[in-house]
Amino acid sequence: MPQHTFRLNGETVTVDVEDGVRVLWVLRDVLGVTGPKYGCGINVCKACTSHVNGKAFNPCAVPIDQIGEDDEITTIEGLADTVEGDGLHPMQEAWLEHDVSQCGYCQPGQIMAAVALVNRVRAEGRAITDADLDGIRNVCRCGTYPRIRQAIRTGAESMG
Amino acid sequence: MGNHDGQPPARLSRRTFVGYVVGGAGVAVAADLTLGAAPASALPIPSLPQVAELYDLNDFLTHCALPTSNLIGIRIDDQGDAHFALPRMEVGQGITTAVAMLIADELDLPIERVHVTLAPARPELLFNQLTGGSNTIISMYTPVRVAAAVARKALLEAAAIQLGAIVSSLVAKAGVIQAPGGESLTYGEAAASAVIPETKQVRVRLKDDASLALVGKGHRRIDAVDAVTGRKEFAMDLDVPHALPTMVCRAPDLNGTARSVRNQGDVEEMPGVTHVAIIPTGVAVRARTFGQCIDAVRALDVEWNPGTVPGKDAADVLTELRRAQLPLAVPKLGAASVEGEFVFHFRSGSALEPNCAVADVRDGSATIWGGLKSPIDAQSKVAKALGLSQAKVTVNVVQGGGSFGRKLFSDAAIEAAHASKAFGAPVKLMWHRADEPRQGRVHPMAVSRIRATVLAGSVLTFEQRHTSVPVDWRHGLGERLTAEVAALPTGLGNLGFSETVFLLTQELPYNFGVITQLLNEPQPAPTRFNTGSVRNIYSPDVATANELMVDRLAARLGKDPVAFRRSHLKSKVVRRVLDRVAELGEWGRAMPAGTAQGIAIHKEYKGATAVLVEIDCRPETVNRKVRDAVTGPRVTRATVVVDAGLVINPDGVKAQMMGGFADGLAQALTYSNHLVDGHFLEASWDNSAYTRQWNTPLDFRCEVLDSDSTEPGGVGEAGVAASMAAVACAWARATGRMPTEFPINFHDPLHFEPKSFVPPVPPSPTDGLSYTF
Repeated sequence: MPQHTFRLNGETVTVDVEDGVRVLWVLRDVLGVTGPKYGCGINVCKACTSHVNGKAFNPCAVPIDQIGEDDEITTIEGLADTVEGDGLHPMQEAWLEHDVSQCGYCQPGQIMAAVALVNRVRAEGRAITDADLDGIRNVCRCGTYPRIRQAIRTGAESMG
Repeated sequence: MGNHDGQPPARLSRRTFVGYVVGGAGVAVAADLTLGAAPASALPIPSLPQVAELYDLNDFLTHCALPTSNLIGIRIDDQGDAHFALPRMEVGQGITTAVAMLIADELDLPIERVHVTLAPARPELLFNQLTGGSNTIISMYTPVRVAAAVARKALLEAAAIQLGAIVSSLVAKAGVIQAPGGESLTYGEAAASAVIPETKQVRVRLKDDASLALVGKGHRRIDAVDAVTGRKEFAMDLDVPHALPTMVCRAPDLNGTARSVRNQGDVEEMPGVTHVAIIPTGVAVRARTFGQCIDAVRALDVEWNPGTVPGKDAADVLTELRRAQLPLAVPKLGAASVEGEFVFHFRSGSALEPNCAVADVRDGSATIWGGLKSPIDAQSKVAKALGLSQAKVTVNVVQGGGSFGRKLFSDAAIEAAHASKAFGAPVKLMWHRADEPRQGRVHPMAVSRIRATVLAGSVLTFEQRHTSVPVDWRHGLGERLTAEVAALPTGLGNLGFSETVFLLTQELPYNFGVITQLLNEPQPAPTRFNTGSVRNIYSPDVATANELMVDRLAARLGKDPVAFRRSHLKSKVVRRVLDRVAELGEWGRAMPAGTAQGIAIHKEYKGATAVLVEIDCRPETVNRKVRDAVTGPRVTRATVVVDAGLVINPDGVKAQMMGGFADGLAQALTYSNHLVDGHFLEASWDNSAYTRQWNTPLDFRCEVLDSDSTEPGGVGEAGVAASMAAVACAWARATGRMPTEFPINFHDPLHFEPKSFVPPVPPSPTDGLSYTF
């Protein structure tokens, strides 16, 4: 069986798994990293949103053979370690401040999408707009959308 | 978003209750789960006023607990932490947080040291382990507090012996008991020293409201940190040894079944695949990863039996429903009659977490792990499916990723049990998203006909005939006895449930002369469509029909919608929420052409809700573009005011109102299932068009009123009906057209290309890296 090596949340990991298995299942079913959730498997609901090399992506739509050994995957479990200090990531703190979560199933994906959105907007040298927030595709069946919008604005401020 | 908190204080009466200290070492206490249930009132059912005013679904659910007379317990461990296994299910509605707040306050223990878990199926609780009807806090409020008070008393008595002091001189605070001399004992030390010779009954007095630190003030969810760090575990995150991913290949027709598999050997040879077998709902596949299950499901070549509605379209169902409408009693009286008919289409009841369960069936017994709101019913149905006695089935309840009524049914647990038995191996069974709208539980299609009579400036009659595809109540009240009644072959048992619930929930709180609201569910056996009491059951549709008609009546009489409602409302509680929402939401402010306000009220769950929205139906808004998105009219502002009775956690109530709004908004404008040729076309979230960020109001605020009620109300569903109705009313006022089918976009050209039915699930994409951002 082919071996695949990549960076996951700051560590190098090697897994034995067939080519073509989507990264989501490598994470969840092979490595037991369960923060990224399944909600559709076709890159629609965005519940599995994680980062590859600092950018948001949906591992349900990426075969493992497209990930190389220098690629760094960050899941919600590794987000806090991408910033200084022992605490949570500022976006996670913002989520707590606004008590965003209800059932919590979509929230790891929401937070990972939010961080990537803030980074992108910042790279473009501008502030977050309502249109940016409207463009977030992540489904929240509990309907926490207004709190998500507030938390992203708060998180963006504290991301400095 | 506004933050008009006005935190309602919890008004608690000083009442004395009996609880139990359990004999043995350490401190374990119990309270009767039926404490605090008010005596049944107003039965037999009177004809006037309407039943729901006097005795509603919550009274019914609360009283169902009465014969059980069973116990819930709190245990104090050697660290002094409290443990409580809640016989209800947390699906995001915040009940674990509210219950932890109650225990922390009554026990004088920091909330971080109160550990609320979910109890496994406890058949001895009979009717008392169903999470539904927004009833948890209503039914648990007193028993939980009594148990905590008994625990506190037991700890104080144990400490008194250790400290050589009398109980009344001791002060308990934050898990530490202090004697007058300054010596102290932690709860852990007191619990470790306690030896209770035998179980005894004790009397306790609950705290008065002035000494409650948490109850009535906003509190963050107790699982918030777990949720944002990915540590919160759902059923599919559990590490059950050898439970491998399993999915089911389903028929192209709704409820079709598998006759044979033509290529079983080939599929068994596919990478990662370990097992393939026919089960009652399709062909189950077990593999090392879910991705490999998806590939195998797509590869299966299956001969299918037809489904339960072969060839049927939504229009056929509508014809059936219209034919079965019960007659209106008041004849049509020319210009005096105001009539309306409203069609409500099927919509999926899915949560984001798909149906799923873990099952390990072996050696004549079974263990299930799943998000189950009726675990006793699940236990009984799994036992029946496997031919085992109920005692051989253990059902563990796991927190759910949303429910909305969906998890009252144990469909995935039963499938997982079948699959595990067929394979002789443990399984982690999950539905593909495409399965959810196509084969999962739906809100039943319904048509609501209304005729009102207006003469000499007054509304003389208001009649409503609600005709619905049957709601499936075969989970009963969560246990076997009532589930069996609902499952009687003719469907008449189920119809009895529907009629009862309709009667107990529907109430038109206006003085409109003679009011009749009747439900009919033709073809009452709930076996053709997979329905369920999706969040708020009949209320969103019934309220939307009513409130649109109320606006029409107001217009007929030349009255402002708010003034007309005010002058006709029977209930002071509803009038208060209406007045407040009109004030907060600035009813009547000038709006540009193509935009409008809409307002609606709803009375249920021992409280009342009012919603005021502003909608923008101008072409530049309706036609705004977001990639692959159903945009359409935009609700730009929403204001919700709720009287939820006595409130434990106002933040939790607001969260439920926000979520209920998202639900009502979707059901009014965009969210549906299209039945075409015997199956539903929708197979993804984009297809179904549930509320997304691009539909979300830019300005949402919710205010929780300080209630005059001393009882908690139910909040999980209370926001949906008035939200859906207010959006519909606003759309009607903005466009000048009366909407008659819901969602309003139902007959727009289909916004998606339907995915294949054979294979029943779409391929997993490979182009994810071209969408990074």
